[in-house]
Amino acid sequence: MQRSNLYIVVFSAILTIVLGGLLSGTSVVLKPLQDKQVELDTKKKILGAVMDISNIEDANEILALYDKRVTSTVVDINGEPMATDAKGNPLVAEKIDFQKNHNKFKKDVESRPYPVFMYMKEDGSGVDAYIFPMFGAGLWDWISGFVAVDSDLNTVRGVAFDHKSETPGLGARITDEAVKARFVGKKLYDASGTLQSVNMIKGEKGEPLDDHHIDGMSGATLTGKGLNAMLMDYFGYYGAYIDKVKAVNEPVAQVVEPATEVEEETAE
Amino acid sequence: MSTETLEQAIVKEPAEPLLSKRRKKFITDPLNDDNPITIQVLGICSALAVTVKMEPTLVMSIAVLFVIVFSNLIISLMRDIIPGRVRIIVQLAIVATLVTLVSEVLKAYLFDMYKVLGAFVGLIITNCIVMGRLEAFAMANKAYDSVLDGLGSGFGYAWIILTVAFFRELFGSGTVFDVPVYATLSEWTGGLVNIQTNGLMVDSIGAFMVLGILIWVQRTQNGYVEH
Repeated sequence: MQRSNLYIVVFSAILTIVLGGLLSGTSVVLKPLQDKQVELDTKKKILGAVMDISNIEDANEILALYDKRVTSTVVDINGEPMATDAKGNPLVAEKIDFQKNHNKFKKDVESRPYPVFMYMKEDGSGVDAYIFPMFGAGLWDWISGFVAVDSDLNTVRGVAFDHKSETPGLGARITDEAVKARFVGKKLYDASGTLQSVNMIKGEKGEPLDDHHIDGMSGATLTGKGLNAMLMDYFGYYGAYIDKVKAVNEPVAQVVEPATEVEEETAE
Repeated sequence: MSTETLEQAIVKEPAEPLLSKRRKKFITDPLNDDNPITIQVLGICSALAVTVKMEPTLVMSIAVLFVIVFSNLIISLMRDIIPGRVRIIVQLAIVATLVTLVSEVLKAYLFDMYKVLGAFVGLIITNCIVMGRLEAFAMANKAYDSVLDGLGSGFGYAWIILTVAFFRELFGSGTVFDVPVYATLSEWTGGLVNIQTNGLMVDSIGAFMVLGILIWVQRTQNGYVEH
């Protein structure tokens, strides 16, 4: 059936308005729910790095637990607290989109804000573990992680990784409990205080390894490499902050190291 | 779209039963003889992409079913006022709106699924089954028939991808709906039966193989003549 041009134009206009209205309406109605889901997802990952929360089903319980046990801060590359971003907007650690920041400040790691989460002791008397979010590249797409470190800022307490599209059964195993458990108890710094990070080896040997190496994932060497690079990079970025906290905790033991760490940073 | 069989003009009957023989065929045909995936070979892309595990596949099936049924219904209701020259764009706009709705709802209520399916839900827009049914059926048929046709095609799509997902998850990850089958088997038999998972199955190649075997079985059953 041939219709006049006017009919077609009016029809299209009305259709666009109706559909557009419907979509924006839904978006407005569902926005708070979606925001809560995103928030819950982030907080689940943060808590997941220090404890097993897989048996907590209730969303509010997780949020309550988070509010009770976790505090957060944002620091810059020098370990100084960062209250606002470049435009002067206040920074909230939980709200920082570190995927966006990772890409935005790829060449300019000095300006990137670094959120740090602190898991407090049950009685609130001090920090039980520090949780550092990080971001990197896997084989196919991005990978991200929350690495929890004991209050000595050296021993890994636990990790939680996420990925976009690593191969299931191969690289995607970074989210498996068995693989994540390999990180627990490993050390970030060697005896001289140099950052060694935790490195996944190539292949799956099943042999005991030293403090800075863990067994790899068979068939997923490139994902493992991405993981190693992510850990090394980000613990480098967090280095100044870690040294600062260490210096406060044990003022005598740490005198020389901060200087060397900072030099490494600028050389990067 | 050459494989599509265009529906003939429908003869008016005064009071056709809600599920007459003709209408039943709308639902049963796409399940087997006229299956959108195995016979018409449409919607293959998502059949390959989302079928690594059962759970996301189920969510995807429901999403596609929803989009097919409602776009069929809406287009069928609007078929007399849609200008012929812009009909494809109108269909696309309706489908895109429905898909966006599904995606938003998933994000709000099933965030974990949204993370897994994210891009693929958006790609329902380009799922040839949806557009194919709109163009071939809903544009020329009454609303109720179109809904039935949508249900038929949706279920036809769903059962195939669920079957593919079942085998891929079982062989590839050793689980079904994330219930560890292989591990349990090995436990029961005291490690006697210790099956290794097949990495090929989690790759798209696995989907091609399962789908190929499914088509083979189906054609052997139904008898197939090359046209």
